[in-house]
Amino acid sequence: MDKITFREAFKAAMVEALNEDPRVFLMGEDVGRYGGCYAVSNGLIDTFGAQRIIDTPLAESGFVGAGIGAAMGGMKPIVEIMTVNFSLLALDQILNNAATLRHMSGGQISVPLVIRMACGAGKQLAAQHSHSFEGLYAHIPGLKVLYPGTIGDARYMLKMALDDPDPVIIFEHVMLYNQEGELPEKNSIAPMEQAVIRRPGRDLSIITWGGCLYKALQAAEQLAALGIDAEVVDLRCLRPLDRATLLDSVQRTHKAIIVDESWKSGGMSAEISATLAEFGLWYLDAPVQRICTAEVPIPYAQHLEQASLPQVTQIVTAAQQMMASSESAVRE
Amino acid sequence: MSNNKLHINRLHLHFLLKQMIRISRFEERCVSLYNQEKIRGFLHLYNGEEAIAVGVMQALTDQDAILSTYREHGHALARGLSMNAIMAEMFGKASGCSGGRGGSMHLFDSSLRFYGGNAIVAGALPLAVGLALADKMQQRKTVICCFFGEGAVAEGEFHESLNLAKLWQLPILFVCENNLYAMGTAIEFEESNPKIHLKAASYGLSAQVVDGMNVIDVEAAAKLACSAIRNGAGPHFLECQTYRFRGHSMFDTQLYRNNAEIEQWKKKGPLTQLSHWLTGNHQIEPEELQAIESAVEKEIDEAVRSADAAEIEPVESLLKHVYKEVSHG
Repeated sequence: MDKITFREAFKAAMVEALNEDPRVFLMGEDVGRYGGCYAVSNGLIDTFGAQRIIDTPLAESGFVGAGIGAAMGGMKPIVEIMTVNFSLLALDQILNNAATLRHMSGGQISVPLVIRMACGAGKQLAAQHSHSFEGLYAHIPGLKVLYPGTIGDARYMLKMALDDPDPVIIFEHVMLYNQEGELPEKNSIAPMEQAVIRRPGRDLSIITWGGCLYKALQAAEQLAALGIDAEVVDLRCLRPLDRATLLDSVQRTHKAIIVDESWKSGGMSAEISATLAEFGLWYLDAPVQRICTAEVPIPYAQHLEQASLPQVTQIVTAAQQMMASSESAVRE
Repeated sequence: MSNNKLHINRLHLHFLLKQMIRISRFEERCVSLYNQEKIRGFLHLYNGEEAIAVGVMQALTDQDAILSTYREHGHALARGLSMNAIMAEMFGKASGCSGGRGGSMHLFDSSLRFYGGNAIVAGALPLAVGLALADKMQQRKTVICCFFGEGAVAEGEFHESLNLAKLWQLPILFVCENNLYAMGTAIEFEESNPKIHLKAASYGLSAQVVDGMNVIDVEAAAKLACSAIRNGAGPHFLECQTYRFRGHSMFDTQLYRNNAEIEQWKKKGPLTQLSHWLTGNHQIEPEELQAIESAVEKEIDEAVRSADAAEIEPVESLLKHVYKEVSHG
């Protein structure tokens, strides 16, 4: 199998979509002549021209709204927002129009739009370029929210999103762009709304997605060396949430650690935790553990930034403590 | 009906008058239905501004698209949505033009390319940019017509959208209904420069001030603008100067303006102007006017009757239309 980076995977997905469907076009800040802020669309303007790789002014609400309108008008736009924090300038359009038009019109309006945005911390970009708002978007009925954490999903989820008749947001973690991995076969990729067990295990479930998936897998490797067999559940799609897969995992392992690169309060980890309390309380042998970003705007200094983010060692320590306390409970 | 030539003949003038009377009487009926609690929620009425919807609509074809605001009953009626479907929508009935999900502020009919009442001020302007972009990319020779009030001019989306529209030379007719008040705030308290057409012109749009109380002026200006847009001249902007005779919504006590001002504007109201002109020039007989009024009253009566009799949407379908339903079979 070939090795490619996440950046190449995201780009290959767009190339395929642009080649296959004349209705597809890419629009966003610096996606064309500059080559994309994170170089995902680098060179596409040379292949597909400025009519399909459209540089926009710095007007997030305007060009996201234009993407919604173009989708209403029969096109299949891919709108790139440079950084998740900037998407808040377009939140009005995303929430009040994209997510709402179908219902508000009694089912007459479809918005088959895909919005891609870079997100996540780790590059010392500080408090206005580093956040994780997938939980915020997953709160909104009418949207679908994808967060690929594998090369295969980075390569193949875009097509599924474009085929979907509703607005889909795809998050791309900035620390993944340079990561390299083997590209799996297309037919091995699960449907976009399905969670996937990335590593089976008997002792506990680590539930995560997107930019934290590789950290969870690294932690599972370290735990294996310590004799703890961790399962890693990759949610992939945060709305709609595949509750069945995560509950099934916890029913087998009886323990859950949620790893989420956003804040704990009112976030995605709280939703998953509540799902376990509502539907899986009797499966649990230990309290649910959550490893999330500290409740601060992301700081600039490297040591502070890293201290604010979920780390592999925290996952390992939490898992060890969880196993130790449940063993001592058994001994008592 | 729609082309770019003005037909100032008797028949057409009667048609314009009837359309304005339909809107005006419909709105008046809404007031009593609101007081009877048949209509609920926010209700924003169009009385005083009828000439704009009716005049502009004469310049549009079936292929053109329309976006509007929460004060959109007039645009919907002038576009050809049936009064029955609009009334049923306001009664919250399943047969309403948005299945009872939208209400007064969210009337839709995608078959007429009527893309809604949007209740976020300036929220529809970026959508107009996108619809125009889509039509241009698909080589459709259409005009996307976007109505909004002067309150929208203070929003960032107004400026972003005008910039994009001109930058990409898109086929959009922006129609600003300048009724002088954004809810209760007069234009001099919200705009550093109240000459709105100048803002549009500063983005390079061809922009014009129109007497929004004169339906002929509006029709003429809209036809010229649409003709230019269809010939590839890019977006055009009409600032239609008008006045709303009623409060912002049904909850408005109108502390911010006085009766003398309202009465002053009512004297040049669009229905008054046209019917006086027609009468004074012997272009309409009293019995013809009466016939129009009777026909409109009958149409409204029927809309109320059918809305009253219509079924409500079953509660079981509450969650429908959040996502497109996938058929399994």
